[in-house]
Amino acid sequence: MTHLPAGAAVRARYHVVHETRVAYQSPVTLSQQYLHLTPRPSPYQRTESHEVWVNPLENDGVDGTDYFGNKTRQLTLTTPHHKLLVHAESTVALVQRHGLAHIKGTSSWESLRDRLQLGMDPAMFDAYRYLYASPHVIGSLALEAYARISYTPGRPQLDAALDLTQRIFDEFEFDDAATDISTPLEEVLRGRRGVCQDFAQLMIGCLRSLGLPARYVSGYILTHPPAGQPRLIGADASHAWASVFCPGLGWVDFDPTNRCLVQHDHITLGWGRDFSDVTPMRGVVLGGGEQDLEVRVTVTPLTLDGMARQGSKSPVDCQG
Amino acid sequence: MRSREIPDPMLNQLLAGYPASPDSFDEMLDASNKPRAHWRTFLDSLAHEAPDVMRKRTESVQRQVRENGVTYNVYTDDKGIERPWDLNVLPMILPHDEWARIEAAVIQRATLMNRILLDVYGEQKMLAERLLPPALIHGHAGFLRPCHGMQHKDGIALHFYAIDLARAPNGRWWAVADRTQAPSGAGYALENRSVISRTFPDLLRDLNIQHLAGFFDTMRDSLAGWGRQCAASGPAEAPLRESEAPLIVLLTPGPYNETYYEQAYLARYLGLPLVEGSDLTVRGGIVWHKTLSGMKRVHVIMRRVDDDYSDPLELRTDSALGVAGLTEAARRGNVLIANSLGSSLLESGALLGFLPLLSKRLLGEALQMPSVATWWCGEPSALEVAINRLDQLIIKPSFPQLREFPVFGKDLTGEARAAFIQKMRANPKNYVAQELVRLSQAPVWKPGSDSGLSARAIGLRVYACATPKGYVVMPGGLTRVATGRDSRIITMQRGGGSKDTWVQASNQVEVHSLLKRTITSQDLIRDDTHLSSRVAENLFWFGRNAERCDNTARLLRVTLNFLFNVGPAHRGDEWPTILALCDWFGLIELNESTQSQRQAQAGKAAALMNDTKIEAELLQAVVSPDVPGLARQQQQLYRSASQLRERFSVDNWRALNQMVQSVNGADTRLSQSEAMAILDNATTALMTMSGFALDGMTRDLGWRFLSLGRRLERLQFQALSLQHALGMQASGSLEWLLELSDCIITYRARYRAQPEWLPVLDLVLLDDSNTRSIRFQLEGVLKSLAKISLTYGPCGEEELERLKNELLLLQPDTDLYCGNAQLIDLLYRIQVASGQMSEHVSVQFFSYTGTRQTKTQTA
Repeated sequence: MTHLPAGAAVRARYHVVHETRVAYQSPVTLSQQYLHLTPRPSPYQRTESHEVWVNPLENDGVDGTDYFGNKTRQLTLTTPHHKLLVHAESTVALVQRHGLAHIKGTSSWESLRDRLQLGMDPAMFDAYRYLYASPHVIGSLALEAYARISYTPGRPQLDAALDLTQRIFDEFEFDDAATDISTPLEEVLRGRRGVCQDFAQLMIGCLRSLGLPARYVSGYILTHPPAGQPRLIGADASHAWASVFCPGLGWVDFDPTNRCLVQHDHITLGWGRDFSDVTPMRGVVLGGGEQDLEVRVTVTPLTLDGMARQGSKSPVDCQG
Repeated sequence: MRSREIPDPMLNQLLAGYPASPDSFDEMLDASNKPRAHWRTFLDSLAHEAPDVMRKRTESVQRQVRENGVTYNVYTDDKGIERPWDLNVLPMILPHDEWARIEAAVIQRATLMNRILLDVYGEQKMLAERLLPPALIHGHAGFLRPCHGMQHKDGIALHFYAIDLARAPNGRWWAVADRTQAPSGAGYALENRSVISRTFPDLLRDLNIQHLAGFFDTMRDSLAGWGRQCAASGPAEAPLRESEAPLIVLLTPGPYNETYYEQAYLARYLGLPLVEGSDLTVRGGIVWHKTLSGMKRVHVIMRRVDDDYSDPLELRTDSALGVAGLTEAARRGNVLIANSLGSSLLESGALLGFLPLLSKRLLGEALQMPSVATWWCGEPSALEVAINRLDQLIIKPSFPQLREFPVFGKDLTGEARAAFIQKMRANPKNYVAQELVRLSQAPVWKPGSDSGLSARAIGLRVYACATPKGYVVMPGGLTRVATGRDSRIITMQRGGGSKDTWVQASNQVEVHSLLKRTITSQDLIRDDTHLSSRVAENLFWFGRNAERCDNTARLLRVTLNFLFNVGPAHRGDEWPTILALCDWFGLIELNESTQSQRQAQAGKAAALMNDTKIEAELLQAVVSPDVPGLARQQQQLYRSASQLRERFSVDNWRALNQMVQSVNGADTRLSQSEAMAILDNATTALMTMSGFALDGMTRDLGWRFLSLGRRLERLQFQALSLQHALGMQASGSLEWLLELSDCIITYRARYRAQPEWLPVLDLVLLDDSNTRSIRFQLEGVLKSLAKISLTYGPCGEEELERLKNELLLLQPDTDLYCGNAQLIDLLYRIQVASGQMSEHVSVQFFSYTGTRQTKTQTA
């Protein structure tokens, strides 16, 4: 799918710690968790080390691969507990992705749409998985109308995608109090505010409403502390963005929350049709009562030979 | 054959009122309005019967349906959601050769459906070869991605299949819809047969009608075979012994599901535990049934919960019905789920148009039975056809997950029509357009004053089950009858009727023989090992509620009797005591000011209340569910019984239904004698039911819990009424106490005199041969607890044991007198201890299932 030469030079390395702590009001006697916390290898990303451990210890743990090819882990805990800690820790190396120069002048977005409508094209078998409505992303006329401002007739597909990315950033406000995971897209579109998941799913909804495939990517992003201040442990968060299919180039990632083409500040956990396919952690517990949830993510840039970098600068203009 | 041409005046008379239908097929009459050959015997028999016979048959059918409690839950009905099943007395008859064609077509179609399912959840070659449009699969909400790549035993993902058929005017059968999720109705078909076979036993035999039982045996045997394979696949699990049966459970969404009655019926018929999601748990990829005696491994789940709701961990996170981890257990091959998760995918009208080519490709055969012309609007050309021909079409949702109702194009006018077309254009993939079928008509028996033959539109649902050697079709089915004028659509949800379906055999039908299995002494089951905590809890409460009902009915009867038969001048101190007891149970309301010093002031309280007011309140307590009393208790009893449907015999249900119906049918302003009749009925019915409990139920652990609930309730009630009695003046009459305790007969037989304190107290307190005495109850409770603690260890019976010993130390000469404060105190402590015992049992045994929480995390 990629046209990058094999063994392309590593452009960035990261150490990521993702800790989830749940405190329960009453004891939990059975806890079953389904995790999407393992970075997914791709032509752009290599996993150097990875481990997940929990406290209390699990009684049963099964690694698997989901329908979309992501790594999963299912845990069963039967030790009665008031607190659960899930600790995921990874080191990944990223190589160069398509830059802004590569994505210029692709074929028009209508040509892809029409090709997909003709019937199953074996070369694009994978694209169909991400073309239709999914639990959290249902296309609509309103989304199509919003998308059409970027997707003007005959416009090269990725030009339009970049424009849509920028418009979502410019026209929507980041507000983590405005929405939750159940907020429907129409409401995000009306209210013009939300968080990274909303913006990623909004962009996906726009594309699907036009008849174009788009997928949801779950992962992390390197954030930049204010100048002169040290990087804070646990101050980062998990992140999400959108990926757009382009014949010839494959899937190209855009981050509407940060107004950019994804380069090497983004670490990928996995992808699916929307949030529900790659929820980092979901679970069912017996007992527990009220629960208190805390998530801490720390992304530490490493030098290309393994040391932590200090005050590194992102090579592409990304906003954290 | 010449003889058939001779006109038969009685047959002509029978057929005289039957409406011919020139533009639809008639199941009974041919084109020249002569009875079809396979109807001849039946009609001849009907024509030569006494006119009264059919009325009796109809009544018998209605009575059986009512008394067996056959119901269908209707979602849209906000009041009393249970509706009696509507079964017409006349069967639908199909001759053998015609059935053979239907059977072959259904087998072919089930085979095809299974192959499609395997492909979609496997290699997806049909998509790559463009035999299925990608939008139909990838855009299908029922395509459960987590189920992709699962392996199925013997390559079967579709274990149970049903198809809705309709007969066109030219006599051909057409497929209207496929049922692949969890086909319902086979249990109703079975129940229909059991009712109708009592109605026409001779005709069933004379017409050589095939039995249904063999089909269900085949299904259970096939499932058991696969269950055996599952048993062998778990880690470090010993495979089942040759003679050991795998555990098959029927997973139900619960009593509010529309076909819960059927699920309970099937579970009882097949001898399977009926479980809810919370009764199961997955540990280490294995499914377990939580029972009182620990966890039992489940090998097969007959699923009646929708597949997307079956696992809140991997499927719909908002489901409260499923079992977390079920998908993974199925993936590991440790449990067989029938039908497999994801099978609802095929329940889409959008698929119909693609079946002919898929059949050629996958089976190398032409499709034997055509589907009613159906267009999937996801194809642009089809959308335009559908909009242009809207008046001749019915528009259905493409995917059942959309949960929309079908719409007749013809019914859409004006703005609604424009809005609907806009909705179709916005999401064309979500709609299919189907040609309207002119359904065939079949005879129904019209009861009432103008009784006789009438005609209704019908549809036929046919069932198939998988075996390792291919599909087998049930020789019968559920014939559904349109009730209203709108004969275009038949759904049970919208109020349809049904018929038993008779399929003639080609040769003599053998008497059905039960399956022969080899059971060794190791496999003898002496106890209910699969009793789930939930069922035990329901049994316990059923016992308590039945007793409460009985107590309430007796107290009301005693009080009303007294009120009607003893004039105010002849009432002693017993009257305020009885009233105080009624007040305690909320049957009447005494004045507030007198309640604080009830015992001392009771006399005044009674004086303050006049008879008219007391009578009015008591009568309300008999019939009105809005106040505490019999009607309300019966509702609670009925509710707890509904949760136990599969554990009760049909006879037991009949007794319960008769009782509830006698109250429900009563006028709220009833006369004295009507009230007494209701109370007598209730007491008799409850007596009948406790007779069943005593004699008709196996004394397994479940029975122990029922019995424990009943005894604890009676103990509390007796202790309470005795405290009141002992508090009255010694001059008060004791007759009421003996009536309330159902001991009056015993007393009279023994003493042949007016009740006196010593013998009465001895009888109701200490006599261990009196089933209503305190001693008898205490010993009974302790016996039940002892049995339960044999299995589960001690369960807190020490306090009751102490109280029993204290009771046994009582000396008739010195302790049994009116007003004995120590005795009153002992009774009070017994009453409190039995309440505590009930709570103890609840905590120890019933809190097992706990509360489930489903939380999805955002980061």
